[in-house]
Amino acid sequence: MDLLSISAVNWARGQFALTAGYHWIFVPLTIGLALIMAIMESIYVKTGDEKWKQTTRFWQKIFGINFAIGIATGIILEFQFGTNWSNYSWFVGDIFGAPLAIEGIIAFFLEATFVTIMFFGWNRVSKKAHLLSTWLVFTGATLSAFWILVANAWMQYPIGMEFNPDTVRNEMVDFWAVTLSPVAYNKFLHAVFSCWAVGASFVAGVSGWYLLKKRHAEFAIQSIKIASLVGLVGFVMLAVTGDGSAYQVAQKQPMKLAAMEGLYEGKEGAGLVAFGVLNPAKKEYNDDVNPYIAKVEIPKLLSLLGYRNLNAFVPGVKDIIEGGYTLPDGTTALSFEERKVRGEKAIQALANYQMAMKDGREADAAEHEAILRENYAHFGYGYLETGADLIPHVPITFYSFHLMVIIGMFFILFFLVVLYYLYKKRMSNTRWLQYVALWSIPLSFLASQLGWIVAEVGRQPWTIQDIMPVEVSASAVSAGNIITSFILFTLVFTGLLIAEATIMVKQIKKGPESLPPADHTGQ
Amino acid sequence: MITYEFLQQYWWFIMSLLGGLLVFLLFVQGGQSMLGSLARQEDEKRLLVNALGRKWEYTFTTLVTFGGAFFASFPLFYSTSFGGAYWAWMILLFCFVLQAVSYEFQSKPGNIFGPGVYRAFLFLNGVLGTFLLGVLVATFFTGSEFTVGKGNIAGLGSSGFVISQWQNPLHGLESLANLRNLCLGFAVLFLARTLASLYFVNRLRHEVLEKRSRKFVLYNGVPFLLFFLVFLIWTLLAEGYAVDPVTKVVSLEEKKYLHNFVEMPWVMAFFILGVVAVLYGIFKTAFNQRFKKGIWFAGAGTVVTVTMLLLVAGLNNTAYYPSSIDLQSSLTLENSSSSEFTLTAMSVVSLFVPFIIAYIFYAWGALEKKKLGMEELDSDGHAY
Repeated sequence: MDLLSISAVNWARGQFALTAGYHWIFVPLTIGLALIMAIMESIYVKTGDEKWKQTTRFWQKIFGINFAIGIATGIILEFQFGTNWSNYSWFVGDIFGAPLAIEGIIAFFLEATFVTIMFFGWNRVSKKAHLLSTWLVFTGATLSAFWILVANAWMQYPIGMEFNPDTVRNEMVDFWAVTLSPVAYNKFLHAVFSCWAVGASFVAGVSGWYLLKKRHAEFAIQSIKIASLVGLVGFVMLAVTGDGSAYQVAQKQPMKLAAMEGLYEGKEGAGLVAFGVLNPAKKEYNDDVNPYIAKVEIPKLLSLLGYRNLNAFVPGVKDIIEGGYTLPDGTTALSFEERKVRGEKAIQALANYQMAMKDGREADAAEHEAILRENYAHFGYGYLETGADLIPHVPITFYSFHLMVIIGMFFILFFLVVLYYLYKKRMSNTRWLQYVALWSIPLSFLASQLGWIVAEVGRQPWTIQDIMPVEVSASAVSAGNIITSFILFTLVFTGLLIAEATIMVKQIKKGPESLPPADHTGQ
Repeated sequence: MITYEFLQQYWWFIMSLLGGLLVFLLFVQGGQSMLGSLARQEDEKRLLVNALGRKWEYTFTTLVTFGGAFFASFPLFYSTSFGGAYWAWMILLFCFVLQAVSYEFQSKPGNIFGPGVYRAFLFLNGVLGTFLLGVLVATFFTGSEFTVGKGNIAGLGSSGFVISQWQNPLHGLESLANLRNLCLGFAVLFLARTLASLYFVNRLRHEVLEKRSRKFVLYNGVPFLLFFLVFLIWTLLAEGYAVDPVTKVVSLEEKKYLHNFVEMPWVMAFFILGVVAVLYGIFKTAFNQRFKKGIWFAGAGTVVTVTMLLLVAGLNNTAYYPSSIDLQSSLTLENSSSSEFTLTAMSVVSLFVPFIIAYIFYAWGALEKKKLGMEELDSDGHAY
């Protein structure tokens, strides 16, 4: 590959990261707020208390502003697999396309249809029909998250497929293996609880601001109560599902785990780095420079989390490249070089198969197919050059992971404290806690972004784990074109984000009483 | 017996139907392109924006689903067209990005750019979104400049690993240089504006706007008809991309699409029925001042007409996404579809569609019991 196309690949990668990152600012708030609104409206319908209705409608207003920009940033993603990753789209489209289509058919229509009733239906449908619509918006958004995470999980843990050398692509052979893979449901739960967490911290923070300003105290307390419960559940479940995700990563993407922990030399009974500073002098994976300047480690915890065994061997970056250690299934790990040879064999066998079929040499073709199948598990390694190509960006992955965990722990403590103060009825006059609530809003968004950085930077160089590296996934579009669209995206999304933020701030400053009246006189 | 071939055709039918629904729902874009001409006063504009703003998400969602469903059913189209006609799609998508925020943001304090800019976004989406989609669909008949080599990924190609390669550096914008493509582009733009006018006649409780909309039905209906007829007659008489059912070799065939209509008489019958319904909706509304149901005829007619037109592009041994520079790279239902397993799984999912249509009808009905007038903007609790 020439330099130009490598640059194009990196721009395509950057552009995808940019759009996905922007989209993920708004999605968690959409899902989290939808849940909180649905709970509030349920209380209103049950109690008939108009104040809960007013509270619900205020958050609905905020939801609407956020929902619009979430949709705006999302449409690009549906098409970007094709625009940026055309090879990928054919090579695995037979599997990857299905969850995307199902997301559209089952989730998006549900969301789009009932969101219009939620917005405009206060006077046009019954109370219960309106409440059902709000819950269906939450359901639609959650289902959408499910299907897109099924797709994402499949890239990290390809399963339920078989390579077809005639069509030159992977084809689905087991729908349920793809849909219900352990990586998929762990990712789904982890991502959805992160949405609850972000929504809750946002509502808690805005409520904290009202309390600080001594405005709408009753509304603020109502809101922060629901937010704290949702937030606590969200963050605790994040810890639980995070553990599940880490276990899956250890099994399926050991290099990602090594990068998350900055672990270069594997060991038995490996400890988990609770806090650490990486050594910038570490340039090569095998240069014997200590990867840390400082670290605080919890003994044996990494082995326990990764393999459910205090003394299990956790391979480091160097082990994964050089091989030779015993895998959990008892076999010996292959080195990068060995896998590269097998990958090249598989690629060559595919080329030979294609030529043999073209010439009608079916017996030859069958031989090549056998070689291809024997080596297919290493297919992607054939495109890589050196062992170092296998290593994701360690500092980004390491710091993102650790910062995310620290923020998560902080929020568990924060919501516990808030719930205690609410229980003691001291929330409305505890100013320091109101400040903490307000200033914690960006932290939850940050943690949520960091989670995706760990997942996506940590799995480089693979688009499909072991099967397809990013370089081979890209479209044949030159760097110049992609840079132009990258700049366009950056300008448009940033402009819209600023507009969204200022609109939201204005709306929050106006407060819940500014809303026009709406009652159920229509029914 | 459900064969692989049946599944491919079934999915082509689903894609065609989605295409038909999408073109019908472009009435939202058509309306957006008329905010400055149909409405003269600010309150009229606001009413139009709100009438459209209650429907825009359907169009948007249909477009997104169209993309996802194409990916799942014909991934080689997804990879070739989106990765190749890069700029045509990117510009189209940008228009929709701008649309998505414009309803919600335009009248909110603190929106930075001011309502005029958001309405300009809506206008842009209204004009370019419809026009470009028409141009892109026209390339299903006129062809594009790309090559496909599935062996490229194993190093068998001469220029890298990429399977689908667009050979024109304009990446899709070159399709604007083809007069026939432009005809369909303009036809879709004017159709969307016609449908929007019919929708306003049906939905609004506002005498002035209703009267003006009736005139706009004709002002836009006639150019639509002209552009559409030119495209249609030209396409029926032009060469088309035929696939030999045995050897799978693609070749140019005189009047291929006309032959397709003749050889699939039921498609022709529905096509004519669709066109008649569109014309009935247009002319009855324009000349009968009390007739308000034109959108139902023209809307349903649009869905049927577009669906049939797309069936003609893909069925009866036709390459639906032809390559004009390398005939054998052309995409056919057979060489570009998903596997039999995936198409079967997706077909099961497609059984949900009637259920989805049912709840959309419920929601649409629930919100449309009352016509939309100025009073509802304030009493509904959410307005743009």
